Amino acid sequence: MTDRYVYVLALILTITGLSIFAYQWRVIGFPLTADEEAPVWTVEAAVAFDGGPGSIKVNLHVPTLTPGFRVLNENHVSRGYGFSINYGTGGREAQWAIRRADDRQTIYYRISVYEDPGARQVDTTPPFPSVPVINEPFRTAVEVIVADVREHSADTASFTSELLHRMNDRSPDPNIELLLSEVTSDADFVEAATTLLAAARIPARMVRGFPLSGRQRNTQPVAWLEVHDGDTWRYYDPSTGAESLPERFLVWWRGNESLVSVEGGNNVEVDFAVQENYIGAVAIAETQAAQLGSPFPDMSLYSLPIRTQAVYSVLLMIPIGALIMVIMRNIVGIDAFGTFMPVLIALAFRETQLLWGVVLFTVLIALGLSIRFLLERLRLLLVPRLSAVLIVVVLLMMVISLVSDRTDIESGISVALFPMVIIAMTIERMSVMWEERGAADALRAAMGSLVIAVFAYIGMGLAWLEHLIFTFPELLLVFLALVLIAGRYTGYRLLELTRFKAFTGRG
Amino acid sequence: MFGVARELRKRGVLGLNERNAELIMSLNPRRLYPRVDDKVLTKELALAAGMAVPDLYGVIANQGDIRGFAEIVETLESFVVKPAQGSGGDGIVVITGRSKRKRDAFRMASGLLVSTEELEYHLSNIVGGQYSLSGNRDKAIIEYCVQFDPVFADVSYQGVPDVRVIVYRGYPVMAMVRLPTRASDGKANLHQGAVGAGVDMCEGRTLEGVRENLVVDEHPDTGALIEGLSIPAWDTILESSARGYEVTGLGYLGVDMVIDRVRGPLILEMNARPGLSIQIANQTGLKDRLRLVDREFDAEADPAARAAFARQAFPAA
Repeated sequence: MTDRYVYVLALILTITGLSIFAYQWRVIGFPLTADEEAPVWTVEAAVAFDGGPGSIKVNLHVPTLTPGFRVLNENHVSRGYGFSINYGTGGREAQWAIRRADDRQTIYYRISVYEDPGARQVDTTPPFPSVPVINEPFRTAVEVIVADVREHSADTASFTSELLHRMNDRSPDPNIELLLSEVTSDADFVEAATTLLAAARIPARMVRGFPLSGRQRNTQPVAWLEVHDGDTWRYYDPSTGAESLPERFLVWWRGNESLVSVEGGNNVEVDFAVQENYIGAVAIAETQAAQLGSPFPDMSLYSLPIRTQAVYSVLLMIPIGALIMVIMRNIVGIDAFGTFMPVLIALAFRETQLLWGVVLFTVLIALGLSIRFLLERLRLLLVPRLSAVLIVVVLLMMVISLVSDRTDIESGISVALFPMVIIAMTIERMSVMWEERGAADALRAAMGSLVIAVFAYIGMGLAWLEHLIFTFPELLLVFLALVLIAGRYTGYRLLELTRFKAFTGRG
Repeated sequence: MFGVARELRKRGVLGLNERNAELIMSLNPRRLYPRVDDKVLTKELALAAGMAVPDLYGVIANQGDIRGFAEIVETLESFVVKPAQGSGGDGIVVITGRSKRKRDAFRMASGLLVSTEELEYHLSNIVGGQYSLSGNRDKAIIEYCVQFDPVFADVSYQGVPDVRVIVYRGYPVMAMVRLPTRASDGKANLHQGAVGAGVDMCEGRTLEGVRENLVVDEHPDTGALIEGLSIPAWDTILESSARGYEVTGLGYLGVDMVIDRVRGPLILEMNARPGLSIQIANQTGLKDRLRLVDREFDAEADPAARAAFARQAFPAA
């Protein structure tokens, strides 16, 4: 009777798990293997300022149209602030507002993008700009330059190149020198170029963004020039005049406006940090999921912070270890210490690699055990005895690390990552079994634990499985079903077949 | 491999998984375990039910009680010290007499002398929990030393041979005699190398022996033939063990008895998770017998009736 419930429950779990899995895989497009990867960049803007006595309003330009990139997600961290996204003349602006904030404030905006060469975002064709109003003596200089450059060019493209060329000349003509006399930054330089282009009635604007590569801290936006040739927007390198765009250039905002404006605060600083991750195919599937209105977008572990993801990629493998444990103990019939000790030992092996793990583990247990027997003579109570073993284990680890460091055996150092509580508990259980059931049983159980730990290590270390479980955590329901069924397995254990062989010998 | 499994199934051999899932889990509620895990409690319950147990001379529950040890054993020539929650015969010291010259030195079953101080240290270890499975504090029992019946004298090496009876829902279904060997260090523990001999439930006569899963005809240390020994007071043994069901409430129970020369069968201890080696000793699977009990189960039957049923229903294979 219970059997039927178990099977029905296992069936329901399996079907649920597999259906969600099939949906996530076929419809949403989460990849089955980890190698379908593309880089994803996360750019974080941190705006810091001193709060004033009154209300505060922060406006930050954020990416609007990003040619060559698609936005994966964006979010903001700002405790207590009201947040909204508005469209201004230069594109989208994120706005934070708060009634009162006293000391130094920092608010964050974060956007994740991935490369997609197909992302050609069409911007509207701008009207011809009106001739800017410029005061003398600059006005004459501008007119002379425009006339001269026009003379030496055929169309918008060549005009822009020629202009930038002249502006970058090491010994520029006096008119250009006059115009550039107040230029102090790249942005000023590009702004001067847009003014000149506007004077020639060519639509142009400054573009600022980041060439994405690897991990960058404290980076600042790069100014670039964008010119409309009547057909499309073209990008020009302001320092060479060549029509180009830096590799992987993420456009942050357009126009001459400053990046951030803070009303009611001062000492404003903006800091950008860029981080590169390889979670591509999965992340892309996530955007897909959000666009399709999938019921499980929040179930994906990829939405967690990276550090938490790392924890979960290990945690989610523990059920695999548990399943291996169940198989080894209830179906094969290997003796071991504790219920999950071997799984925990296997987790420890992840830090040291298998061979070294087994060697170090054996050495530590053997040393610890002999010390445990020495402690036995002191007739200590249980808890102080365990604590003493624990302290000795820590000391042993330290000595092994030091010795192996001296002798250039690298893995020894990572022995420190062995969870020492696990080792102390193993030593304690082993010594108890040693006394109660003899050395043979204790050694057999120790071997059994080690064998199970090795299998669990191998099972938990399968990269494809790790990816599969991490991407499709619903598969754990299937593992749960398997464990439930194993829980009602009443057949013989494999090792019992040898134990009871006296029966068949004469049958 | 599957062939072996099929053969075992055909012979009705019970495996560990099946024992745990089908018998222990459904028949032995955990709350009843203390009745068999604590030998002091077991003794009290058995006495209350009118079963014969070795006399209890004293219990040492705290380190402070150890001072009273000398007083407890003052008039005794022989006694046994054992942990109340021990298992597998560990921590048991059998004292068979005293030194002729010094009255505070005791002679152990092996012939070695042991001083009162040494015994007190051992008691302190027991109370400290060295022999209890959980490692928790324990009690030490000082009880009557069984003068075991000479019937097994030839097939035992030191130690005390005992009779293990499996009781299923109150019905004795299988039994074996466990004979200590030199390898088992005088302990009647199959796990440590003692010989197990199956018992013909009908006649109460031993069958062939098994040691380390292999069939043996002779005791490895004494060379005496194991088969064909008549167990004295077999009726009483069956009935007492059947009564173990009423005492403990456990539906799947192992009852361990020793046969005293003077007092007859005494209950030593009971076990909520009796092992499966008894099947090897009897060369018979348990499952057919369990099924037969299920079919013939009578909730009204008293221990004597159930013992009688066992005698006629389970002849040796």
